[in-house]
Order: sequence, then structure tokens, then C-alpha cells
Amino acid sequence: MNDEKLIFEKSKKGRKAVSLSGVDVERKDIEKFIPSSSLRKTPLGLPEVTEPDLVRHFVRLSQKNMCVDTNFYPLGSCTMKYNPKVNETLASLPEFCNLHPYQPTSTFQGILHILYETGKMLEEISGMDKVSLQPAAGAHGELTSMLMIRAFFEDKKEKRDKILIPDSAHGTNPASSSLAGFKVIKINSNQEGEVDLNHLYKNVDDEVACIMLTVPNTLGLFERNIPDISRIIHSKGGLVYLDGANLNALVGITRPGDFGVDIMHFNLHKTFSTPHGGGGPGSGPVGVKEKLIPYLPVPTIEKNESGYYLDYQRPKSIGKVRSFYGNIEVVVKAFCYLKILGKDGLKEVSKNAILAANYIRKKLENHYPSPYKGICMHECVLSAKNKREEKGVRALDIAKRLIDFNIHPPTIYFPLIVEEALMIEPTETESKETLDAFIDALLQIAKEIEENPSSLKEAPHFTPVSRIDEIKANRFPRVKWEKKM
Amino acid sequence: MNLPYIPHTEEDKKRMLEEIGVKSIEELITVPEEIRLRSDLNLPSGISEMELRKELRKLSRQNISMEDYVSFLGGGIYDHFIPAVVEHIASRSEFYTPYTPYQPEVSQGTLQAIFEYQTLICNLFRMDVSNASMYDGATSLAEAALMACRIRKGDKFLVAKTLHPEYYKVLLTYLKPSGIKILQIPYSEEGISDLNFLKDKMDDKVIGVIIQNPNFFGCIEKTEDIEKIAHKYGSLYIVSCDPLSLGTLSPPGEYNADIAVAEGQSLGNPPYLGGGCFGIFTSRKEFLRQMPGRIVGEAQDKEGKRGFVLILQTREQHIKRERATSNICTNQALNALKACVYLCSMGEEGLKKIAMLCMKNSHYLKEKIENLPGYLSPFSAPFFKEFVIKTSTSPEKINQKLLEAKIFGGLDLGRFYPELKNHLLFCVTEKRTKEEMDRLVSILGDIKDER
Repeated sequence: MNDEKLIFEKSKKGRKAVSLSGVDVERKDIEKFIPSSSLRKTPLGLPEVTEPDLVRHFVRLSQKNMCVDTNFYPLGSCTMKYNPKVNETLASLPEFCNLHPYQPTSTFQGILHILYETGKMLEEISGMDKVSLQPAAGAHGELTSMLMIRAFFEDKKEKRDKILIPDSAHGTNPASSSLAGFKVIKINSNQEGEVDLNHLYKNVDDEVACIMLTVPNTLGLFERNIPDISRIIHSKGGLVYLDGANLNALVGITRPGDFGVDIMHFNLHKTFSTPHGGGGPGSGPVGVKEKLIPYLPVPTIEKNESGYYLDYQRPKSIGKVRSFYGNIEVVVKAFCYLKILGKDGLKEVSKNAILAANYIRKKLENHYPSPYKGICMHECVLSAKNKREEKGVRALDIAKRLIDFNIHPPTIYFPLIVEEALMIEPTETESKETLDAFIDALLQIAKEIEENPSSLKEAPHFTPVSRIDEIKANRFPRVKWEKKM
Repeated sequence: MNLPYIPHTEEDKKRMLEEIGVKSIEELITVPEEIRLRSDLNLPSGISEMELRKELRKLSRQNISMEDYVSFLGGGIYDHFIPAVVEHIASRSEFYTPYTPYQPEVSQGTLQAIFEYQTLICNLFRMDVSNASMYDGATSLAEAALMACRIRKGDKFLVAKTLHPEYYKVLLTYLKPSGIKILQIPYSEEGISDLNFLKDKMDDKVIGVIIQNPNFFGCIEKTEDIEKIAHKYGSLYIVSCDPLSLGTLSPPGEYNADIAVAEGQSLGNPPYLGGGCFGIFTSRKEFLRQMPGRIVGEAQDKEGKRGFVLILQTREQHIKRERATSNICTNQALNALKACVYLCSMGEEGLKKIAMLCMKNSHYLKEKIENLPGYLSPFSAPFFKEFVIKTSTSPEKINQKLLEAKIFGGLDLGRFYPELKNHLLFCVTEKRTKEEMDRLVSILGDIKDER
């Protein structure tokens, strides 16, 4: 594929891509009203191109991307499932798009209904008592939750500043905890890949505010001791937080609220099918049990006889965590998904996700053996450790070679507790044929590693660029285009 | 049962189970029996696409949008024109269905678009570096304050009372765990930050001075004077601004801001009840390694060909964990892409023209309103596209009358500032016509007559 110049390199003075109306109010000499010191002195630095050039530029750029709509995308812990098109169509209705947050609530009852009902459905799915849809992403939901936990204990006049986090956790967990002012205590995993209960016992005391658990954990394993873990934490007065990144394994099978979880976040952009957008927007609603409801961010969405309203009268609330009410567009898409699937469809989601992950695991685990064996849930973690030790081929090389098979690589080098990890989450929306093609590709790669390991270092072969020199890019950061002098 | 997105036939499932070596999916579920959900979820059954469309169409009609009524609402979310090309590009599958571009070889489209976005934003703001986006303007500002705490020791921030009140609330939430104090800078009779107060309260323990320009009242702050005061004590100068205003107003880089942030919605993103936001985040280049969020850098591949890649990931949570510069992972990439396409579509002249139209329209309307009996302009500072009007009739009554005439009137400032009871904030964008403004003025005049 040809190199696509930067839009700035295509700019030519005087070209236009937009037609704007003229002024219909006459108001001469605007400079009279704005002192010249407040006016811009330098050019804007925006490119000048025509609309056809603009469109061709961005369409060509788009063609350099792999995406869910073009390729199998088994990125572990990211739940890259199919993004239904009807959700996109309906979320872009003008009566949703063109609402102002400061309109009277009587003029957006329709969208408030969607928000309210989405919250109710998430409450039922999770077994939590109340949901706030405000956080913009999973990590934002984590931060919101940690701030609520802080407020909860401050209110009880208890000084608790420790948070327990298993070593298999996502990086956002410790980062969110420390942002909320907590000290992070790492809890080891045992040989089965689950929380090491002895290590947990040693660290639970009355300074622990909560434990942050990902269930299933990042090895794709259900924490079978979770009822006990909850009991231990609760017996010392602490709370149990669930990172809902892996909820796609649990819908209709078990509910966090029924196994001791006090507070959790959801990722609408994972479990509930909203697109990832090349990095966002997402939506990370927070669900809580009764005792934490007073601390939810304002406003909450409530309903009375005259309709839906926004409730700011919440004296114990942690306050606001973002402007306005949440990533509403994302919530509308998730609402559509929940409505189409309904109770039976939702249950099939998790079951089929588990089936697909185990099928891949079973077919590949002898070729890419992981230290943690056995049945997994919605994702499986394999390892290229033996390939590195015997042939010098790393997980990175395997990932890059997969691209040649038109498959997006899985997550690599995570979780940190598995060396040369390949973390594979196929999701329920991929057919057996797609899964088989993926399995065949990895078997073929295993064969290549045996026969000609050095060839993998050249992969990928057919992409717009080959492997990037990241060391140089980091040593001499160039973060914007500048005109060559 | 409605399973439009699950492809497995019964035969497929049987074969897969055989390969795995189990008889049923049930055998694969390792959840302990005591916590299994054995009843159905208490949710409605699934519906068809046809039924869903009908239901959503019905719900959408229970809203009244700014296409149905004429809007003079602002306060951080704005009704600006969006060229069709923006939505067309952003609705390409290749842009909206990939994940974060962690594999550069198959993500050059997203990476180059973000690199172009960063360049556009740096140019528009006259700042050295931009990240790839934050959640919204408010969290961008809060993260700017946290970044300032990493750069400079101190015990407080001085924050303009003319900062968006919701941003102020978010700032309080984010700073609370740190114990850092916030002191508000009152506004003067002109409607801008009181510089005497600021001078008075400055000391070398001030981590940063935070202002918004144009401020929440639409007024243009004395940005250069504030800069001198802040920098005299070595404090960081943090500015939140309206990116569209920079088509005509002096950008933060021209008045020497250290960190500049903004809500990006007005650049090509629909208002969406404030739910289609994204945060712009820029700073001086010496702070690059302290920035939150993702950053794309130019690079070369093995053959020396230009490419783009996420850089400085060692700042980020997936590597640094509890010592990361921020916990942010997912951002608002697609919204930033819309801004990128929007800015390229507007170009140098287009954005200037839009900014000029906003200014001309708003000045026209303000003059008309303040000439009506019963309506006063309380602040004398120059303004951009928003202005405050003090009313003799209650804002609720005014806005109710306007609503009956299919107009969303100004924002009632009493909601955020108790001392500004009977004050309305009007916003006029390039989309408002003379006819619409004259209609507003005529109704406002009639309300006066009714008393």
C-alpha cells in the first residue's frame, strides 16, 4: 500500500472543503469590541484542501486499519465482539444527537427513559442495587468507585487506606487506587492462577478498604474461592470491588451481587457490544449495593409520577466525576443491544463465549502450553515461553506473523504473571470456521517455528509499514508535523 | 429466541464440545454451585430489529431537539454546524470498530489520524504538544491540575470563579484525595477574574493558577496580565478554553500558558445531551513525559518508511501501574477523529469565519436585548459568543414563555451562582439567523409588557 501523505502536506492556499453562509447581521469592525491584545496574532495552521481530497485522504487512511468489521480480532480482555449496525443507526437519530444538557428535563424524557431503563437492566444482570451511568470508561468507573469507597469509610470515621489487588490485575486497578489516594498491596496468585488465600489472609486487616477483583481473572479463570474471599474481606469490615472487564463470561450465569460484591463497574464497550472507536469512547457505569448508594456521583436519574428527573440533592455524594451525565451515545447503543437480546439471548452470549474460548484452548494448549491449565471461561491464556527458550521466537513475533494470516493479534505479554503470554478472547460472535482458521494459523506458525524460526522475525509481510523502530520513536519524540524549513 | 449475533449451529456446537471433550457447555462453567444463578434474569424477552426501531423512534419523539426548537443555550456544549463529511468518515467501520492502536502495522490509519489531530490541536492552541484525547473538558482540566502537582510542589491552586461550575466540581472531586487546597478567585464587576485578589493571594506555594477563557459568562479574561502574576511566583498557568474561539481569539500558547485544555465537542461533535464530549489536553514540551493519556509519535519502520506509533507508554497504567501518570486507558478517540476531520474541512479560512460569525451574531443579539426595558447587561468585559443578561422577570417565567414559542432560552445562572439570581447566559452560534434572534427579542419584549 502506498504511503499516504499527511493532510498538511496536501494543503494548498485558497482551497476549501466547506461552504458557509454569509453574515446576515451587519456589525462592522468587530475589533472595536475586542481589544487587539485579545485577538489572535498567528495563523491557525489548519490545512486547506477540497472536500474530495479530504474524503480520499481519510478513506485511504481507514483502509490501513484492521478492525472487527474486516478481521477476526481476538484481543484478550477487550471483548472485541461484533458491533450491531442497528445500534449505530438508532443512536444517531437527530432527536438524540441534538439535545443540549441544559434543556428542561421535560424536553428529553425519551432519552432519560433509555438511561433509566439501561441502569435497571444492568442492576438486574449484576445483582447490584443502583447503577450510575456517568463514568466515561472502565478506568473512570474504577476511580469513581475508589472515591466512593473513600467517602464511605470517611463517613464511618474509619481510617482505611489499603487496597488489595491480585498480581494478575489490569494496570488500571492499581493506577485508579493510587489516584484515589490509596496504598496498593499486591496479592499473589497461587499455582492454579487464582488468588492465593494464604497470602490474602496475611494481608487482610482493619486498614484494608477493599479488594479489587477481576472475575473471571485475567487468566480467564473463575475465582472459585470468591465466596470465601468475600467473607474474609467483609469479616474485617472491608468491601469487595469487581472489575467488570470480563463480565462477558458471567451474564445470566452468576451475578456479582450474589457472590459478595459491594461495588463494581461495567464496560458497555466490551460486554454490551458498543464499538471501541479506535480507543474510545467507552462507558464504564458503576453499580453498588444499598449501603453505597448515598455516595454515587451526582446527578442520579430518578422517576416520579411526573416523569424522569435528575437528582442533585445528594448530600453524601462524592460530587461530580465529569461534566453533564455520561457518554450518552454509548449508553443508547448498549440499550439497543440489551433490548434485542433480552433475557434468553443474554444468557447465550456468555455460554457461547465460554464455548469458543475453550475450543481454542483445547486445540492449542499443547502447542503453546501455559503454566495454568484446565477449563477456562471466556478467554484463554497461552504462552510462547517454550518457543522463546528453544527457538528464540517471542510472543511478539507470533503476534506479528498472525497478521500475515489476516488475523488481528491477541493481547500479548499480559497478564504479567505468564511469561510470553498470548491472551485470546474469541467472543461469541465468531463462527467455528473463523475459530478454525485462527487455530490453523497458530498451528502453522508453530510448525514454522520448528522449521525456520528466524523467518518470523520478518513478519508481518504485507502491511502498510513493517515493524516500527519504537526505541528511536521514544528517544526522540516527534508528536506533531512541522513544516520543513 | 433472538440470537442475531451468535453464529453457531447445533452441529457446530456439538463438534466443538466433542473436540473439547465435554458433553455440554454446562460442564465448562466452573462457577461454584452455591453462587450459580438458577433462575432466569428478570428482563423482558428479546425483540426484533423492526420492533426495536419502532420503540426507539417513539422514544426519540419524546425528546425535543435543537433541530425542532431554536436554541440559545451554551455553557460548555454548543450547537455548531457540522459538515456531512465528518459523520461519513467517522462512521467508516475501519475507524469505529478497531481497538486502541497497539499493533502499529495494522493501525496506521488510526495512528496517522491521531498524529494529524495532535498537530491540528497544537497549531490551533499554539502549544507544543497534545495527547490523543481525554474523556471531556472537565476531566482534562482535573488531570491538568494533577499533572501540575507532579511538576511543582505547593499546597494550593487559585481557580477562577468564572471557570465552568461543573469543571470546578470535578476538580474538587479529583483533588480531594491529595489534600491540596483550592481558593476561588472572585469575579469583578466586569465579569472577569479579580486581578487584585489574585495578586494578593499569590505566593510560592501556589501550584497553579487556573482560568477559563472565554470564561463561563462568555467574557474574555485578561490572559496576559494573569500570566505575569502566575509566572512571577513560578506557578503553572493552566487555561481551559473554547477551541472554536481560537479562530479569532488569542490562543493559550500566545499568552504563555503552561497547560491548556478544552472541551472539544464544538469541533464536529453533536451535543448529545453533553454525552459526545472529548477532552483536549496540551502542554509545553518539557512536560511531555508528565502528560496523561496516549500520545502518537512519528517513527520509521525497518525499511526506513515513515510510520506512526504510540509512544512514551512507560507513563501509562498498563506499564507503570500504581506509578502511572494517570489511570486513563480508553479515551474518546472517535470524537477526536471527528474533530480532526472537522478542522481539516474548515481549514484556515473556514474556522476564522465561523468564529467571526459567532461574534457578530452574539454582539447583534446582546445589543438588541439590552435595549429592551427590563433587561440589563451586568458585565462590561468583551465577550465572544456568550453574554449575561440581568432580567427583571424571573428566568423560569422567561424561559417558559420562550419554550412555548419553540425557543430554548438562556441558561439560568442562579442554578450555579446564588448571587446571580435573575441572570441568564445567552449563547449565539453561527447557526442562528437574524430572523431567529429578532423573534427571541420580540418575545422578550412582550414578556416585559405583560408585567
